Amino acid sequence: MFDLVIIGGGPAGVTAAIYAARKRIDFIMVTQDIGGQTAWSADVENYTGYQFITGAELVKKFEEHLKQFSVKLRENEDVVRIKKTTLGFLTETKKSTFESYSVLIASGRRPRLLNVPGEEAFKNRGVTYCATCDGPVFANKIVAVIGGGNSALDATLQLVNIAEKIYLVNVAPELTADAVMCQKAQSSQKVEILNKAVVKEIYGKQFVEGIKLDVDGVFRDMSLKGVFIEIGSTPNSDIIDFVVKDANGEIVVDQSNRTSALGIFAAGDVTNIPEKQIVVAAGEGAKAVLGIFRYLTTRS
Amino acid sequence: MSIVKVYSTPTCPYCIRLKEYLKQHNVVFENIDVSFDQKGLQEMIDASGQMGVPVVKIDSDIIIGFDQERIDEKLGL
Repeated sequence: MFDLVIIGGGPAGVTAAIYAARKRIDFIMVTQDIGGQTAWSADVENYTGYQFITGAELVKKFEEHLKQFSVKLRENEDVVRIKKTTLGFLTETKKSTFESYSVLIASGRRPRLLNVPGEEAFKNRGVTYCATCDGPVFANKIVAVIGGGNSALDATLQLVNIAEKIYLVNVAPELTADAVMCQKAQSSQKVEILNKAVVKEIYGKQFVEGIKLDVDGVFRDMSLKGVFIEIGSTPNSDIIDFVVKDANGEIVVDQSNRTSALGIFAAGDVTNIPEKQIVVAAGEGAKAVLGIFRYLTTRS
Repeated sequence: MSIVKVYSTPTCPYCIRLKEYLKQHNVVFENIDVSFDQKGLQEMIDASGQMGVPVVKIDSDIIIGFDQERIDEKLGL
């Protein structure tokens, strides 16, 4: 029986683990990977102490800091469910179970799906959710980026240097990303922005061959090889069904990271705390563990 | 000894983790950077039937993604 199980290895989870180790809390960290969404960030320019660092390098720093301590760490494990037990909680993965008096959920977010025909069938066959990873595979090809926010524009601007042509397929009447990024995309001859455009289908044989769109009431069939879906993210909160969540599925926490269930805490992008930022998530992880330490020492 | 080939891009997090993992276990491998090696990219697509990186080829076996369990099993780690 552990005092604490930390679920997730992004900035919130790693910072929580560092604080928990320093407080000598008996805990285990269970995570798919170290870094979480930070690993997928191309460039980070707003993490205190680093004027510029890539996501991959920052994750390496997190990992080095974490491994300074002899932390019990289970990597490559996906938590599937958290259950209540007589004494506390049981965290279940596909391979094992861990019982503890308290749990910190720092499971982050995953890319939101478009939910159109062909999306699932052509995943990794032309459909991708990570321009940073898969962009280079589409050198000199025609591609589409779906979305109109910062992540869509970030993907578009990365692809400008790689692809032959980029259709930016935006459901809203105008782009919603930061003006600087929009201007860069608008001034590129490779980018064609389609506003009020809804993806109806992704089609192909073994690989993507095109998409069907409704652009402001007009049907368009575009022949292309790559579809980058960048329409935001969804919280990884389905592992628990006995805490209060908001309409977006985010776990509701108070200022001390307590959820509605005594002994269950949450931190980072999985929660309803505003501003999904690496530095914010790290701070939330620290705050959560200090609260958990108080909870464990005063628990009757 | 097995012949190990890794098809990767320099920027994908799972590619980085996979290569670090192999290095930690002193596995000698050939890295094919498909972001500029078009022939290598086509080889990867033909062998794996998909376009996601990383792909590991261990002798004649193809493993898609950083699947640690399968890599351990094939290489006896």
